Order: sequence, then C-alpha cells, then structure tokens
Amino acid sequence: MNAVSYAAQAVPADWPGGYWWHWLFYTVVIIVFVLVMVMGAIYIERRGMGRMQLRYGPNRTGPFGLLQPVADALKVLLKENIVPNVADKIVHWLAPVIAFTPVLLIFAVIPFQNGALLTDLNIGILFIVAVSSISTVGVFMAGWGSGNKYSLLGAMRNVAAVVSYEIPMVLAIIGVVIFTGSLSTGAIVDAQDIPFILVQPLGFLIFFIAASAEINRSPFDLMEADSELTAGFHTEYSGMKFAMFYLVEYAEAIAMSAIITTIFLSGWRGPWLPPWLWFIIKTIIVFFVMVWTRATLPRVRIDQLMALAWKFLFPAAVINLFVSAIEVLVWPDISQWIFVGVNIAVAVIAIGVGTKMFKPGWGKVAV
Amino acid sequence: MTTALSAKEIVSKLSAEFPDAVKEAGADSVLVKSASLPAVTEYLKTADGLKFDYINYITAIDYYDYFEVVYMMTSTEYNRSVTLKTRCETRNRPTVPSLAGIYQGADWQEREVYDLMGITFKGHPNMKRVFLWEGFDGHPLRKDWNK
Amino acid sequence: MTTTQEISLQTEPFVLNMGPLHPSTHGVYRMRVTLDGEVVLDIEPMFGYLHRGIEKLMEERTYTGCIPLTDRLDYASAMGNNLAYCVAVEKLAKIRVPERGEYIRVITAEMIRIANHCLAVGSMLNDAGALGTPFFYLWNEREKLYDLFEMLCGQRVLHNYIRIGGVSQDLPDEFLPALEKFVPQLHKFINEFEFFLKQNEILIARAQGVGVLPKDVALNCGISGPLARASGIKRDLRKDDPYSVYDRFEFDIPTAENGDCYDRYRVRMEEMKQSLHIIDQAIKKVPGGPFRAKVPQIIRPPAGEAYGHIEGPKGELGFYLVSDNSIAPYRCHIRSTSFINLTALRQMVKGWKIADLIVIFGSIDITMGEVDR
Repeated sequence: MNAVSYAAQAVPADWPGGYWWHWLFYTVVIIVFVLVMVMGAIYIERRGMGRMQLRYGPNRTGPFGLLQPVADALKVLLKENIVPNVADKIVHWLAPVIAFTPVLLIFAVIPFQNGALLTDLNIGILFIVAVSSISTVGVFMAGWGSGNKYSLLGAMRNVAAVVSYEIPMVLAIIGVVIFTGSLSTGAIVDAQDIPFILVQPLGFLIFFIAASAEINRSPFDLMEADSELTAGFHTEYSGMKFAMFYLVEYAEAIAMSAIITTIFLSGWRGPWLPPWLWFIIKTIIVFFVMVWTRATLPRVRIDQLMALAWKFLFPAAVINLFVSAIEVLVWPDISQWIFVGVNIAVAVIAIGVGTKMFKPGWGKVAV
Repeated sequence: MTTALSAKEIVSKLSAEFPDAVKEAGADSVLVKSASLPAVTEYLKTADGLKFDYINYITAIDYYDYFEVVYMMTSTEYNRSVTLKTRCETRNRPTVPSLAGIYQGADWQEREVYDLMGITFKGHPNMKRVFLWEGFDGHPLRKDWNK
Repeated sequence: MTTTQEISLQTEPFVLNMGPLHPSTHGVYRMRVTLDGEVVLDIEPMFGYLHRGIEKLMEERTYTGCIPLTDRLDYASAMGNNLAYCVAVEKLAKIRVPERGEYIRVITAEMIRIANHCLAVGSMLNDAGALGTPFFYLWNEREKLYDLFEMLCGQRVLHNYIRIGGVSQDLPDEFLPALEKFVPQLHKFINEFEFFLKQNEILIARAQGVGVLPKDVALNCGISGPLARASGIKRDLRKDDPYSVYDRFEFDIPTAENGDCYDRYRVRMEEMKQSLHIIDQAIKKVPGGPFRAKVPQIIRPPAGEAYGHIEGPKGELGFYLVSDNSIAPYRCHIRSTSFINLTALRQMVKGWKIADLIVIFGSIDITMGEVDR
C-alpha cells in the first residue's frame, strides 16, 4: 500500500487510470523500445562496420538487409540449447535473466520526453549507477556456471573492469549533479539549457570511456575478446540463452547511449522535431560513435585497462569534480557559457598533461 | 653468396682438433662419427674463423643399410655453410647424440626426425613425437614402413 | 613469487587448452598454456593436426608431380613454395632457367611476398583486437593481387605456376600493364595504411616492447625471415645467397633493433615497399625469349643431393632433395620456416599475459600447413 502511494507521486496528476495503467503502459513501451532499438542497433552496427571495413554488411534479407536482425533472432531462437555437462545448471540458466533485467530497469528513469518516463525518481542517477552494475553479477554467474576456463577468465576481467570503472564514472556524473543540484534525470534534462557536453567536456569524455569499458565496447571489449577468449563469458551459451546475452550486450549499449543523451546531450530537448524523436536521434548518434571506435581501435590489455582507470581517468575525474565544485560554489549566478570556456580549457590541459604523465606500466612479469 | 665451405678445408681444421672424428669427406659434406658429433659441432659453432651459428636444417635419410642424419649449418658472420653427416647402422633403435644443447633450433627438428624416421637423439630433453600421436605404429618416413 | 601474493590467498596455476579450434591460432595450432591468473607461466605447443605426410607423398611422385604438393604447404604463399622446390630440383638436375622465366619468377615471388605480408599484418592486428578493419583493408589489396595471379595462371590461391626450368605458361599480354598500374596504387595504399596505424597509441601499447626476441636467441633457434630481421639479424637470402636473378635488383633489407611485435609489423610493412620496388624494376627489364627451358615432363636427375633455399615471405624456405636417378625423389626434406620460427615462441611469451600471447603468436606469422606438413 505504502509502495503504491509512494510511487504514485511520480505519476503525472492528469494521467488517466492512475498508477497501474501508467505502469503497464510504460512497461510495454520500454520493452518494445528496447527490443526495437536493439534490432536497429544490430543493423546499424553490422551495416556501419561493414561500410567502415570495405564490405557491404548484411544486405540479403529484406530491403537493404533491414530484416537481418529478425532473421538472426529467429535463427538463434530455433537453435538447440546446449548446457555443458560440467556446468552448474541453475546458475547457467539464471545468468542471462539476471544480466538482462537491470538493463530494462535502467530505462525506468530515462525520460523519453518531458515527463514521459516510468517514474521520475528523485535519485534517478544513483538508481542507474546502482542497477547497471547488477548485470555484472549475471555475467559472472555465466562465467562461473559454464564450467569453462575461457568463460571464467572473461567473467573475471569483466568484474575487474566494472569495479574499477564505476568510480570514474560516478565521479563524472557528480560533476553534472553539482551543476543541476538534483539527482533526478528529469531535473538534469531541465537544467541543460546548454548541453552538459559543453559545460562538462572532461566529465563527458570520462563518462563515455568508462561507459564503454563497463558495457564492454571496443577498445575495452576484453571480456569477450574473441581473438583471445573465443567468446568470453558466453562461450558455452547457445540458442535462446545466447540470444539473451546478445540482447543484453546491445541493450546495455543502447541504455548507456540513452544515459549519455540524458546527462550530457540535453536528453529530449531540441528544436523543430518532436522531443521523443530528438531523444532517439541523439541515442543513435552516441551509439554510432561507439560503433565507430569499435571499428577503429585495437583492444587494450587487462593491465592497461586497469591502469587507464586508476592512473588517468580517476585523477582526471577528481580534477573535474574539484573544478566544477569551485565554479558552482564561488560563482553560482553567472552565465554557464563562461564555464564552457573554462572547462574546455581545463579538459584540454588535464588530457594533455595526463597523457604525458600516463604510463601503462607493468607488462612483463618475471616467472 | 653463401659459399659451401669446401670439405677439404673443414677436414683439415677438424682433423687437427679431433683426430679420429672425421670418417669420410665427400664433395661438399663431411661424414662425422656420431659419437664425436656434439664436440665437432660445438667447435664449429664457437671456433674463430668458423662460427657456424645458425642451423639450417636437420634431417635423416633411410638408405636401408643405414640411416644418414644430415645437418646443415651456416655462419651468418662469414656467410658460409657446412653440411655434416653422420650414420647409424642399426635399424633397431638407432641413436645419435642430440644437438639440442648446442642449437636451440635443433630441439624440435630432432623431435621431428625421431617422429618420422625413428632415430632417437640421446641427451634430448624431451624426446617425444611431434606430429603423430603417441602410439602411432612405426615411423612413416622409413622406406619399409607399411610395406 | 612476489610478496603481495604471499600474504594474499593461496593461488595455484591453472592449465588452459588453446586450440586446435581457437579463433586466433591460425589454423589448427594447439598449445597447453599454464596460467597464473592472466599471466602465462609456460606453454607447450602441440602439432600434427594438419599432418598430411607431404614428405612421404613426394617420394612416390615424379619431380614435376610434386609441385602441386608444395602449394599445399604454406597455402598463404604458394608461389614461394613452388619456387623453392623448383630451385632445389634445378640445382639437383643442373637445369638453367631462361632469362624471361627468371624475371617472371622474381615478379611472382615478390607479389606473393606482399600478399603474404598483407595476411600476416592483418591477422596480427586482428589478434590485437582491431576487429577486422585493418584486416579487411589489407585483404582488399591481397584480393587484387590474387586477381592478378588468376590472370597469370588461372589460380588464385594454389598457383602451381612455377615449373622445373621456368614457369608453366608465358605472361598474358594484359598482365604487365595491369601490374604496372597496380604497383603505384598499392604503394599509395601502404603509405595510407601506415599513416593510420604507425602512431596508434593502443597498437604501440600492445605491441611495443612485447614479446622481445633477443638477437642471440633468434640466431640460436635458427629463426629467419622478417622475424629474425626485426631482431636485428641482417640476413636475407636474396642478398646473401642470391638465387634466380635477385643479384640484378636494387633493394634494401629492412631491419629493426628491438625484436618486439611492433618491429615485426614495421619490418613487414617496409618489406612490402621493397618488394614493390623490385617489381617495379623487374617489369621494366623483363626480356623476351623462352619462358621455360626444354625440360622433359619426367626428369631423372643424377644420383646425389641438393639443398635449394629461397627467402620466402616467412623466412628461409628450403628443400633438401636426394635423388637415386629415378623419376621420383628418393627423399625430400622440407625446411619449413613456420615450424622453426615457432621454436622461440615459448621464450617470447613467458611472463606476458594471454592477450600478449595471442599478439606475439600472430606476429610470428605461421601457416599450419607448413608447420605440420
């Protein structure tokens, strides 16, 4: 009873049918949105990478290969579900579910347009950060439950990456929160008269890199590094369960793109076009940048990944946080455009000095 | 041009160092007693003016009466090459001393010869089959294999 | 080991079986890797998954009939294998190859070197996680080379083109103009490719200083080719023991000092440029006349033995032939470059991480067909 009444506060007063209709409507919207966007993302990734790699990409199923994701999905669903003998059956079965649920939960607090979201939690950003790392549990369960050493290695890499990258990621978000004074995603979008990518350029870069590492997009795709670990944690998955992991991978990418859109690219705001379209366009652009880096860069090594997080991103995020705090504390009332110039200069200096000082280190170990 | 060091030259140097190591000097190769092979090779590898530091190949030929093991070494410094040969007369467990301690490159090549020709290299750290599986019947490059 | 590990939990190394079915073992290579977490403690390579007994098969074929078997050794550079075998047979039977034949051989051998290096660099970068992009760029150029091979001999991959005493057929009329047009185009591509990757931070972090092969170890292991030259051994059989007509061309031998993965990549790229330089000179100088000496289909070389070797794309590729004056080789030993170049892998990877193991392995550039024979 209490829960309902508390959640009902998040429902707009004029919503017909009250809380439950609202809940049903947005649950359906979120699931459909995620599935459709994942299909679109797969199509964009495969065609886009094909273009970048001097090949066509899928172009046989449907016009321009548009039905390729559907065909892939059908194929993968009809495949036999193989569970290895040595697998921990329950863990192996549960892992895809546990990995997939948090991704859907993230969308609960993403505003598709003004006020159009499942629930505008006043701790929205905190909720995102908390929930998005639950996927890791699913991934580690998959790695452990498969009974395969490749899977285990991939899963361990993933845990290490997420634990390390969570910190610069959160610090980068705090820079934004300082400017908005609110953790609510709706309030963050409202505060962005100037997109925060300009006000917080360093924060944006740190967040983008950390997000890429957390969802295992290249160049940080260590946990499924296909040339090293065959397929990493989902080596032993097939059929429907593999499809779930495939879905998670792209849904996470879409979720991160949506978060970046919300926090740094002023969410649904934009001239002329309807707000929800702006939201989708910005999400796709962010996703496309991820595809672009994937097609361009080689993969880093696990120790370099760690070194980047702790020796470069973490200090940079602290500097960013410090500068933002001073700006808000000392000049609370002046135009943000001044901060744009200052912060871009800070970002350039921090990156320039940081790259000079940054040494990946380690490398060979005496054995 | 990598010139093959003439057998005469080699023999004259070797017979000074190892009086009874050389059995026979062919046109461009030297037949060495198998027992003195490691010492001869060591000498060829390290002696001044020779320095055969690079091993081209190791192989063996089955002549029915005997196996001939052939080594070819090159000196990258003087750009000269030498071919050493040694023989084992027995078909049942023929044995030749190993060069794996002198040239690391000999390691796998000797295993290959053992695998395909059945010549055991004494003193090799890991004398196992390399291409075929353990338990394979016979050594396929012998002329009487599968006949 | 280190003190931090003594105070932490008790750990033990675990054994990971890599291959024969693994995405980056370039065929069916298998190794048993002992790992301490991510760190490679030891590897034990295992071969033989592609062993077809080519040396034995050769003993039952005529000298000419062996040529298609050599194609199947290193299927990424079939033309080089043909050439090495024919050089050995010609040495054995004392056959002189006409001028035109020699020039055609040089052109094709350099073309296959470029094609092989395209594959080698591409797959090394793919192993480093560049996810196909450089790979496809290089393969695009390799395809164009294969188109030229198809024009030349009707075959794309297994050419079976070089014959004892020359080549199987004369150059088609349109071949040289097409090649002449292709050379500057490829040169431009290589420069562009280098612009993208030479300074790539991640590639440098992944490859520079990784998998160092010291000069003395390389020499002791009998390592040859770009792998040895990256370690500072300035030895190239085209210069040091010229076969065919290589002594008439001007070219450099690119070498590097450090012997790491990055140097191997650099040496290969430079070698491609030098190969283009050789092709450029050869096109201008191709003489007329017969393209093959008058050699009967079935030859009986005098009893004896010969070792013919060439600087193949991967290194010294040699054939040791023993003849008993019959129509088939009495014994044929193949000095396979890939097999011997792999000798040093164990020393190179110890102490590095799994990810480095893959890159180092990729930088050696092997073909399993040649390793297992």
